Amino acid sequence: MADAVATNETILVVGGGISGMTAALEAAECGKDVVLVEKNPSLGGRVSQLYKYFPKLCHPTCGMEINLRRIKANKRLRVLTLAQVEKVEGSPGDYAVTIKVSPRYVNENCTACGACAEAVSAEIDNSYNYNLNKMKAAYLPFTMAYPQRYVLDPSIIGTPEADKAKAACKYGAIDLGMQERSLTLKVGAIVWATGWRPYDAAKIQPYGYDRFDNVITSVEFERMMDPFGPTAGRLVRPSDGKEAKNVAFIQCAGSRDRNHLKHCSRICCMASLKQSTYVNEKFGDQAQSTIYYIDIRAIDRLEDFYQKVRANPTVKFVKSKVANVTEDRATGDVILHGVDTEGYHRYDNRHDLCVLAVGMEPSVDAHSIAAGVHADVSGFIDAGMANGAIFGAGCATNALDVNRAVQSATAASLRAIQVINKVSGAEV
Amino acid sequence: MADIKIGAYVCKGCGLGERLDIAQLVTVAKREGKAQVAREHDFLCNGAGVAMIREDIEKEGINHVVIAACSRRAKTDAFGFDNVAISRANLREGVIWVQPDTEQTKEITQEMAADYVRMGCAEAGRMQVAVTNPAHGSNKRILVVGGGISGMTSAVEAAKAGYEVLLVEKSGVLGGWVGRLYRRMPSHEPYSDPMETGVPELAKAIESNKRIKVYLNSVISRTSGAPGQFSVDISKESGGTTTENVGAVIMASGFEPYDLNKLPELGGGKSPDVVDQAGLEALARTASGGAIKRPSDGKEVKSVAFVQCAGQRDDSGKHLAYCSGHCCNTSIKQAMYFKDANPGVDTVVIYTDLRTPGNGEDFYRSAQRKGVIFTKGKVSEVVPGTDLQVKFKDLILNEDAVAKADLVVLATGMVANSGVDIDAAGGAPNVEGQPEAAAGNGKQVSVLNLTYRQGKDLPLLKHGFNDSHFICFPYETRRTGIYSCGPVRRPMDAQQAIEDATGAALKAIQAAENAALGRAAHPRSGDLSYPAFRREGCTQCKRCTVECPFGAIDEDEQRYPQFNESRCRRCGTCMGACPVRVISFENYSVDTVGYQIKAVDVPDQFSEKPRILVLACENDAYPALDMAAMNKIQYSAFARVVPVRCLGSVNTIWINDALTAGYDGVILMGCQKGENYQCHFVKGSEMAHYRMSKIDDTLKGMSLEVERVRTCEVAITDIQRAPSIINEMAETIQKIGLSPMKF
Repeated sequence: MADAVATNETILVVGGGISGMTAALEAAECGKDVVLVEKNPSLGGRVSQLYKYFPKLCHPTCGMEINLRRIKANKRLRVLTLAQVEKVEGSPGDYAVTIKVSPRYVNENCTACGACAEAVSAEIDNSYNYNLNKMKAAYLPFTMAYPQRYVLDPSIIGTPEADKAKAACKYGAIDLGMQERSLTLKVGAIVWATGWRPYDAAKIQPYGYDRFDNVITSVEFERMMDPFGPTAGRLVRPSDGKEAKNVAFIQCAGSRDRNHLKHCSRICCMASLKQSTYVNEKFGDQAQSTIYYIDIRAIDRLEDFYQKVRANPTVKFVKSKVANVTEDRATGDVILHGVDTEGYHRYDNRHDLCVLAVGMEPSVDAHSIAAGVHADVSGFIDAGMANGAIFGAGCATNALDVNRAVQSATAASLRAIQVINKVSGAEV
Repeated sequence: MADIKIGAYVCKGCGLGERLDIAQLVTVAKREGKAQVAREHDFLCNGAGVAMIREDIEKEGINHVVIAACSRRAKTDAFGFDNVAISRANLREGVIWVQPDTEQTKEITQEMAADYVRMGCAEAGRMQVAVTNPAHGSNKRILVVGGGISGMTSAVEAAKAGYEVLLVEKSGVLGGWVGRLYRRMPSHEPYSDPMETGVPELAKAIESNKRIKVYLNSVISRTSGAPGQFSVDISKESGGTTTENVGAVIMASGFEPYDLNKLPELGGGKSPDVVDQAGLEALARTASGGAIKRPSDGKEVKSVAFVQCAGQRDDSGKHLAYCSGHCCNTSIKQAMYFKDANPGVDTVVIYTDLRTPGNGEDFYRSAQRKGVIFTKGKVSEVVPGTDLQVKFKDLILNEDAVAKADLVVLATGMVANSGVDIDAAGGAPNVEGQPEAAAGNGKQVSVLNLTYRQGKDLPLLKHGFNDSHFICFPYETRRTGIYSCGPVRRPMDAQQAIEDATGAALKAIQAAENAALGRAAHPRSGDLSYPAFRREGCTQCKRCTVECPFGAIDEDEQRYPQFNESRCRRCGTCMGACPVRVISFENYSVDTVGYQIKAVDVPDQFSEKPRILVLACENDAYPALDMAAMNKIQYSAFARVVPVRCLGSVNTIWINDALTAGYDGVILMGCQKGENYQCHFVKGSEMAHYRMSKIDDTLKGMSLEVERVRTCEVAITDIQRAPSIINEMAETIQKIGLSPMKF
């Protein structure tokens, strides 16, 4: 969208993951004008990179399809991708937001026919797959990407590769002259839903993520289950491609730890319980999962799911904060060392693969959003404080699961509407 | 409605021009599809292509448009014309991307494309542009049932957005359980100390808010109507009933603590010095920051033990199976009451898993700093006496242990005040004497007293809570315009209830706004169509009223269905249920699909060209097939795929018609049903499976093999599996031979 017109009765939603999409849609479906900005080339955020949700084991893309349909059907909601907020100025009911839009090098003529990707041979890291594999430098970020429009990676601009892409496109969709541009939107209220990022596992030195191939993160493990993902849906060890049937899950990898993230990231227990079902999905009774935990935090009816996994004879629970991980160089196996606090037994347990249940940290440090926005020491927005008309939503405010993130986004959406209704003087 | 003028537009882009005989398709649209205008274009979705269509709409009076190009999921911006009925013939994802580009397959690929053009024209010809539900109401007042922290928050937040609110509370004061707390858990950094509840201030704000009308000592004795036009009777305890009209309802009826007396082995009911968490709050309020005294003899408590999960996370089936989420933090907070008054008091929290998610972790650490002891153990017995003995298995030391305490606090958990369990009676009509749910604390009374045919309250999900089953859409209850929030929906703490109540206020406002415009609520938000009903054909079989997943349909005095359009979610399950086919939507009807099925050219039985009808859920199976196409996964060229709103909308007449017309196989693809259902209309897929379980008799009656019809669950991720289901059917047909029903 070249020119997004906005007024002080417009709501700006920053971040196009599940929280941002929800906040934007709920407001638009109340009849408000909304601009949704997303820094990536497509909407969907982290949940689009998950294989299944707990506890239903249903697929995130299912809800995403509904949300995309709602977006396509709603004329009050406009989406800007490759767009990042640079500056927020002003006051409730009257903000001026500077947005930087990076060039996609592909315009709205694109039919997603895929000819450019076929023509290009240059490859780049596939960030959708957490860089576990490569993709063409002319790409559709993933099959369900919205807008359904290809992207040219900036690295090929000015090279013959870009010319190949342009030559392959019959529809005049490739525009190599596109420039970064800056636009200023006038808006009345802002919902800030920039989400989370996985804690950098390399910082947890004793676990050897940066040293051992067969120590991976929980988010990478999700990508391995995608039949179109980096391993074509096979659970294999990065070191040798051998099937990973004996999997260790280390809980609180970075969370509940004053040296890393002091908070509990809430979702990781459930995520590992869920991921243990993946191992069964692939290997049936041959699967062996071991979950190393401090407390299993399966709150409210999620307890049912915990009990189900607990009853699974192929899943073992060890109450222990794992001390460190070593690698058996000959086999590539990982060995977890520590003390099982239930009875104080020392263990040195061998596994095919070790999955670190990494914690959540805010993807944007809330201290940097705008003057007057309160942030906690971890960089989450303190949504309980008065932040003008900038309302935190989802994981930008705390470590939340999808259900709670959507709730939070719906609440934030109402708070934004309250400001807009005041601006417009709407009385019902 | 003006005469139907169909314009059909065939795109040549994305390889369609190279792979297909476009001129033939244009002829098919004109001759067979009865299109007044049929044109081809090199690149239909670009500016010139769209302008061409727009010009026909404006100058030629085209009001029904067939786009024969890519999938209905693609290029929606370009092909979004207002006030015309649009049908999409999927030639790209549906044909050329799923067929090999070979000389031998050219003919069957072209036939596939021609059929989709025929089907597109047939659908367009039977569609109407949806106008709006004429019977909609426009009341935008919000009714909030329950004056606890959730209800109060919903009321204040809705009022803040400019809406009028009625707040009904059954007791004489606002505040609920949070109002009875001494302090609540902190919601701000540093998350180290309990904080004021904020309830008195909130209550004051409500009393002085001119948009909020409060009814105390009152309950809802009747709720009828639909979003935008609910009518409710509010009955005062002292007698007297007021009737009010509202646009949407928020159910914030809260919880009761699980009954302590059900835990005699833990001393519940056996000693006044064994209290639940609410009991401890009362003691703390009395102490007001001073030393807490125990109930039996007024002695200052010098040692206190907190027993977590008392009657919760119970696998014996006797108590609550779930975790109430807040109790670990609550016990931490209560231990701090003692430590803050006197650091010398011994406080021990006995737990199996300490559950303090998010910043609860800071609060937990703060308690450790204050000297609260946490012991991982499972309590087996509390022996009453002046010195209470808490017997437990220490799970760290793996040995039996005893803790002595002056006072024992049992963390007993939350039981939802969710009304009657309407499904306990098998979803039967709401009649007097219906058995009521015995969840948690025993007999439940209705909260809403809905006059709906399907029962007095919201359906329950699990454990007596009326949560939604949808992870992505937590607010979507099965009663349109009625949203639940707070611990009636799911166990939660005060902070989360505040967030939840704010979200519910938005949903209620949205429901009222949409109703006022005659538009559907989630997930077909904005849909202006509504079920139209031909009364003269109705046999009063009541299937529609029973099968509607949203309880939208009641019966009128003459026992005909009464649709309550604003309660309808437009899934079409009623249309699928109707044996006499008198229910339809303007843009989706027995005919819009039926005529597509009939439009397909079915070659004779010697042609070796079978036809397979695939009825695919538009949200999951259809996108899965689209994405299969994007990944160039091929499937049988004999398949003809028709997207349906929900498998529940599939009327068996379509199957009968297809078989009679000589189709060789029929596949129904819907979402997962059962406990972990993924159907967006809750029951649609399940209903379809149930109806189709009886199709075998029909097939036998027609002397057809039962393998010719298959109903399956397909997820949106079944990108490889969905095509293989089609291919399996093609193989089956090859084995059993073509249908003898062809002409």
